[in-house]
Parts: sequence; C-alpha cells; structure tokens
Amino acid sequence: MTDTPAIPARPRPFRPATTEPALVKWSLIGLCLAVLTVLLFAPLYAVFDEALRRGWAFALASLSEPDAQSAIRLTLLVAAITVPLNAAFGIAAAWAITKFDWRGKAWVITFIDLPFSISPVVAGLLFILMFGANSALGMWLVANGLPVVFAVPGIVLATMFITFPFVARELIPVMLEQGRAEEEAALTLGASGWRTFLTVTLPNIRWALLYGVLLCNARAMGEFGAVAVVSGKIRGQTTTMPLMIEMFYNEYLSVAAFTMAGVLALLALVTLTLKSALEWRYADQLAATHRH
Amino acid sequence: MNIDIEEISKDFGTTAALHPVSLSIPSGTLVALLGPSGSGKTTLLRILGGLEFPTAGRVLFDASDATGLSVQERRAGFVFQSYALFRHMTVFDNIAYGLRARPRRSRPGGPEIARRVNRLLSLIKLPDIGARYPSQLSGGQRQRVALARALAIEPRMLLLDEPFGALDAKVRRELRQGLRDIHDTTGLTTVFVTHDQEEAMQLADLVVVMSMGRIEQVGRPEDIRARPGTEFVREFISA
Repeated sequence: MTDTPAIPARPRPFRPATTEPALVKWSLIGLCLAVLTVLLFAPLYAVFDEALRRGWAFALASLSEPDAQSAIRLTLLVAAITVPLNAAFGIAAAWAITKFDWRGKAWVITFIDLPFSISPVVAGLLFILMFGANSALGMWLVANGLPVVFAVPGIVLATMFITFPFVARELIPVMLEQGRAEEEAALTLGASGWRTFLTVTLPNIRWALLYGVLLCNARAMGEFGAVAVVSGKIRGQTTTMPLMIEMFYNEYLSVAAFTMAGVLALLALVTLTLKSALEWRYADQLAATHRH
Repeated sequence: MNIDIEEISKDFGTTAALHPVSLSIPSGTLVALLGPSGSGKTTLLRILGGLEFPTAGRVLFDASDATGLSVQERRAGFVFQSYALFRHMTVFDNIAYGLRARPRRSRPGGPEIARRVNRLLSLIKLPDIGARYPSQLSGGQRQRVALARALAIEPRMLLLDEPFGALDAKVRRELRQGLRDIHDTTGLTTVFVTHDQEEAMQLADLVVVMSMGRIEQVGRPEDIRARPGTEFVREFISA
C-alpha cells in the first residue's frame, strides 16, 4: 500500500480564523433581523401607524386636550426634578464607593441595586405606607398642606426611587477601572479635593455620566408601576404620560392613546439619536479616554 | 531638604505593612528603596508623599515635624508607577496642572506658565510634544512627562514609585541616566522605589534594602555589595 499525498481537487478559499461559513453567517444575521423585526421595528411601526390612522390633524388634536397637555407637563416636570437629583446622588455614591475604602461598602452596592430587584408596584406601596393618610407622618404632612401621596411630591419620590441606580451603575465600573492614581496625582500637585473632582474625576467620567443620565431620563419619563400606585391617577393633576396612555386606551380612545405613546417613543428616539450624535462627534476623545 | 523618618509604622487593618522603621536621608541624596513586592517600600514612599498616614511615628523635613502635613502642603513631586497622566489633557496641560492649581496670589500668569512648561519640556528632551495626548506617547515619553509634571510644582523632594517598571530594557537604561542627570541638575532629594537591585546599585547614592516591612540594611551601593548585613540582603543582591 502506497501513501499518496492527498492533493485537494481545488484549493480551498482562505477564510479568516474568526469568520464562519456563509451559510452560518447569514442564518444568524437573518435570525437577528427576524427577532428585531418582531420585537422592535414592527411594534414601533404599529404605534405610529395607529396614532396616524385618522391623520396628523386628528392625532395632534388629541394631544392638545387639557388632560393630555397636563400629563405631558407633569412628566417633563418630574423628569426635570428627578434626573438632576439622581445624577448628583449617583456621582456621589459612585465616588464614595470607588475612590475610598470603608466598612460596609458591599452592602451599599447591594442597596443601590435594590430598586432594580423590587417590583415597582411594591415600591409604590412602600411610599403609600410611609406617607399615606394611615401613617402619622402622612397625617402631619396633609395637615400642614404638603400632601405627598396622590400628589406631585409622591410621584417625584417614587420616580427617584425607581431611577436611582441608573447613574451609579453606569459610573461604578468605569471609575473602578480608572483607579485612583490620577486623583492622587492631582492632589500631590497641590489641587484641592474639589478642584481634583472638577478637573480630573468629572472629565474622566463624562461619557458614562451622559449614558447614565440618558437612561435615567428615559426611565423617569416612562415609569408606570410605582407612579400608578402613589399618584392616585387624578386626571389633569397627578396623571403622567404613561398613566394617561393607559387611561385613553381603557376608554377606547385608541388614537389618543397611541399618539401619546408615539410622543413618548419619540422622546426616547430623540435621546438615542442625541447619544449617537455625541458619540460620533467626539469619537476621537472617547477613544483617547479608553485606550490609555 | 533633609528627610528624617522616626519609628514610622503602618498597619492596614490587622496586617502590619511597616514595622517601626527609622531612616535619615541627607539633603540632595538620590535614594533607592529596594525590596521585593510586599516589603513595604511603596508604603514608605506614600507616607513621605502624604498619600498615606503612618499609624505611629514621625516624619521630619529639615528637622521640622511634617507628619501632619496634608498631601498638598508637602509639595512632593510624585511620579506614579503607571505615571497617572491626566488622559483627557494634552501634555502641556498635564505639566501646567500644578501651576494652575496654585492659589491666585502665587499663581503665575499664562505666559509665565507657558515659559516654564516649555523649559521643562526641553529639560526632558521632548520639546515638541506639548499638544499631544498621553495615549499618543510611548511608555518612555509618558514617564518623562510625568517627571516634568512633578518638577513643575518646584517640589521640595522627588518621589518615584517604580519609575522604570513598565519599560523595555533599552529605554530603561536611557531613562536611568535621564533621572540621574535631572537629579544632578536640580539637586533635589530624590527617593525612588524599585525591586531591581541592579537599577538601585547603579543609580542611587544610598540604597535602603527592605523586606517584610523592615529595613534590612542602609548603605552606599559598594558597601552593601562588599558587606551585606544580613542573609536576606546577600541573597537579594546576588539574584
């Protein structure tokens, strides 16, 4: 028996080590597109299609209703209060956790995640128990003309609770990876703690902070469960956009419901576009901050 | 500036990083803190710079107690192991940082800052890199920029944590000479940490051999080589 070296009939085409055969590649891409279409594109299209079923004029008219106007204003107000506060709290928490060593740090990290693991409805009920008419604190607050439950302060509190983790969660990994050396360097060069924070820490985390704020904002505008419980859903007073959508829908005002939903989706799309635009505009800076 | 370390100890929780150590550094000396990792050399350096505070003991600068001085008040030029350059600033802004951080009354004006930064850039023999970012520099260039940034504050002493650790052999030899030259030009008391006995012996006027949080031996390189004080020193320098 002779060993004849097997000569391939034709040379196989070169394929880079990290790619797959065309069949595998295209079926995976196709699968992704199918999932995205069913879960994302089609619903998004359906929202706008339903909203504009009777034309632009009709859709816009449903938005100019006083109740709808009030819901939009309330949602923007709540976001305008909660997002800056949670950005400040998130920075403070991430800074304390990543730049210092202290006892009980692991517990605090767990507590920051609490709003993610608690059902929003439960969170809402917590605020009712604390500030509601059945509690001493709640009675005192109402007597002094500052009702929390079924009023705007309750909505703000519930939204803050739900959106608290977003900024901190975005910042902690980035700040851990960057370490403390640059801050220490600034201090040895004579900078005060505050100056170090403003000129070294903050510029280094600005992208993570921006993402955190955008996510926080999207959730603050979209939060339903906790707000539904604490707001009491008083039309024109404590109804936010997500609550208004549900009300319209339950009243078979589907054009109004989907128009409002479209506005909410549009707000999200605008934030996403803004984020991509900034990423594109500052691509070189982003690369510089990550590489070094 | 003379530096005196009197019975300094440092505990992290229940582990002792430094047992009481004492050391006298005459003004203008180039000192190497030499030892394996975990010997407490970096902790001692950070205590000198005011980045850590000792559990007990005193640090004297020119015979006056400096133990309680904050890191800003120490005015120690510190070069970090990975250089810790501000990644979002140009080389120029990195070097100017310490001057701009000064209180208004002692802060130089813009043209004066520019003049000083340019002088430092030529001292480290990199006159044309002011506009670059740290990520665009080689390891050796980064180390020299970190040195220039530390010198910009007109420090009272120079402290360097493994200044040549992350560099390849050729660059390392060049920069050793560079540090020696800068030390000789400025006359600053300089302390650097290293685990490389060859580097310590070649570069330093005074070598402090450390192990397990204790000082094993202090002496001129030739004396340590000729008469190792302990078995540890004998083994470490022959490695």
